Amino acid sequence: MNLRAVNAIYTFEMARTGRTLMQSIVSPVLSTSLYFVVFGAAIGSRITEIEGVSYGSFIVPGLIMMMLLTQSVANASFGIYFPRFTGTIYELLSAPVSFYEIVLGYVGAAATKSIVLGLIILATSGLFVPLQIAHPAWMLAFLVLTAVTFSLLGFIIGIWADGFEKLQIVPLLVITPLTFLGGSFYSISVLPPLWQTVTLFNPVVYLISGFRWAFFEIADVSVAVSLGMTMLFLVTCLATVWWIFRTGYRLKN
Amino acid sequence: MSSIISVRDLSKTYASGFQALKSIDLDIRRGEIFALLGPNGAGKTTLISIVCGIVNPSEGAVMVDGHDIVTDYRAARAMIGLVPQELTTDAFETVWATVSFSRGLFGKKKNPAHIAKVLKDLSLLDKKDDMIRTLSGGMKRRVLIAKALSHEPRILFLDEPTAGVDVELRKDMWDIVRSLRASGVTIILTTHYIEEAEEMADRIGIINNGEIILVEDKAELMRKLGQKQLKLELKKKLDAVPGELAAHRLTLNGDGSELIYTYDTQGERTGITALLDDLNRTGIGFRDLHTTQSSLEDIFVGLVRQGK
Ligand SMILES: Nc1ncnc2c1ncn2[C@@H]1O[C@H](COP(=O)(O)OP(=O)(O)OP(=O)(O)O)[C@@H](O)[C@H]1O
Ligand SMILES: [Mg+2]
Repeated sequence: MNLRAVNAIYTFEMARTGRTLMQSIVSPVLSTSLYFVVFGAAIGSRITEIEGVSYGSFIVPGLIMMMLLTQSVANASFGIYFPRFTGTIYELLSAPVSFYEIVLGYVGAAATKSIVLGLIILATSGLFVPLQIAHPAWMLAFLVLTAVTFSLLGFIIGIWADGFEKLQIVPLLVITPLTFLGGSFYSISVLPPLWQTVTLFNPVVYLISGFRWAFFEIADVSVAVSLGMTMLFLVTCLATVWWIFRTGYRLKN
Repeated sequence: MSSIISVRDLSKTYASGFQALKSIDLDIRRGEIFALLGPNGAGKTTLISIVCGIVNPSEGAVMVDGHDIVTDYRAARAMIGLVPQELTTDAFETVWATVSFSRGLFGKKKNPAHIAKVLKDLSLLDKKDDMIRTLSGGMKRRVLIAKALSHEPRILFLDEPTAGVDVELRKDMWDIVRSLRASGVTIILTTHYIEEAEEMADRIGIINNGEIILVEDKAELMRKLGQKQLKLELKKKLDAVPGELAAHRLTLNGDGSELIYTYDTQGERTGITALLDDLNRTGIGFRDLHTTQSSLEDIFVGLVRQGK
């Protein structure tokens, strides 16, 4: 294993984040705060509580998940798309590194960044609403698993994309709607039965439900199912990445 | 085994269906400077890209110092430094960061002293903290060379390193190439400046339409294919080549003031003595004479034309 190469890629990617601190950290934190103001204060004054949790607190896990998903995908996809776009990928392809090392470097950096961001948003939420975390270890586990899984997804998108539009289309047309419809801001039990069933096909539901359970011990689906679905998604992404590298899809002529 | 790279039966057909390489066989000797010449689109970059792992071969095999580039890619690639044809750099990195990154990527332990030396040799040291996008094109080219040298490769590929480069950098670069060669590094370069190949290379390969049409020691090539011309400045202009001299296949220049005799340096006899004797006999006097040798460029153009 060429650990020095993994380290080089990881450090390089983290340095890129450092250079763009404003848009990497400040803007997600700002937009989360806006959600609190709008949903927490404005709507929350009408909906008092859900399953014994105040509405403001209830939306915290969903908000963190939303940022986690969009940021993981955005970071990882951009991280690998950019060298493809500028052509600097030649160096990566000509270096004595395996594809797993490349993934480890890029996905590791993107996931690290989202995890840090998730924790910052968690801390920010604490300024607006009272917070309790029933299972901190599980909370962290879901955070890490989700960050890694969606960074992998982002990596796949970054390889598939052949233009900046495609890079943005998936987060915009898939991730954001799924997150909004996945119970970020409500419990899916408030939906009519038919829509509840439909919603269960949305993978984000399981992520949010499991994550929320780690906070408040309330969940739309059982934790075991949440965990299982998250793992399933992770394995699917891993398999796709494995296939990409085996075939050289969109990387090599 | 004296060859450090051996290419066997290598073919490449791009996804578009275009066949860029047609069953190439090529051996690069350890420690030599090998110049790959060929017109635009001949397949030079494709060949280099396959050896370096950037393009997948369609058929055939490449061994780098005994390591197969596919099954044993780590060992093969660790030996190779590549300076690509295109100026592709990370715009927002500093020179120092990007060169250090390359070293790490190739699995080498950090060595700031080495990086500093490479930058110094390329006159980049005072730019080390500058962002790459603020550098000029020639400076970016230097950065690419520095990246390739950062990990102390044993084989260096230079894909048209002097395209768009000023005299100064060209000189710097050839100094570096010579000192690398002195330390045992094998260098493969492509260039359109034929004088460069003529000046730098030990051996020359010519590629055209995806086929290697010739590989030869430079000196041998020059000797074998080199033709010389003997030009005689006449005392009196002539209207036509006199019949008595027809056997020598002479030509007359435009205004009839020079007789030109073309001969092969390779031939047993040049035929010059016989020519001069005959001239004497016919009483054609000449004021001066000089010879010119055809350059590699003439040879190259001749060969490529033949191929078409
Ligand atoms: N990705 C690709 N897809 C299809 N055809 C390609 C691709 N890359 C190169 N080619 C074609 O393969 C041929 C060889 O290209 P290559 O870049 O190897 O030439 P070259 O000898 O390096 O030329 P130059 O001197 O212009 O750099 C060209 O006809 C080119 O159009
Ligand atoms: Mg080329």
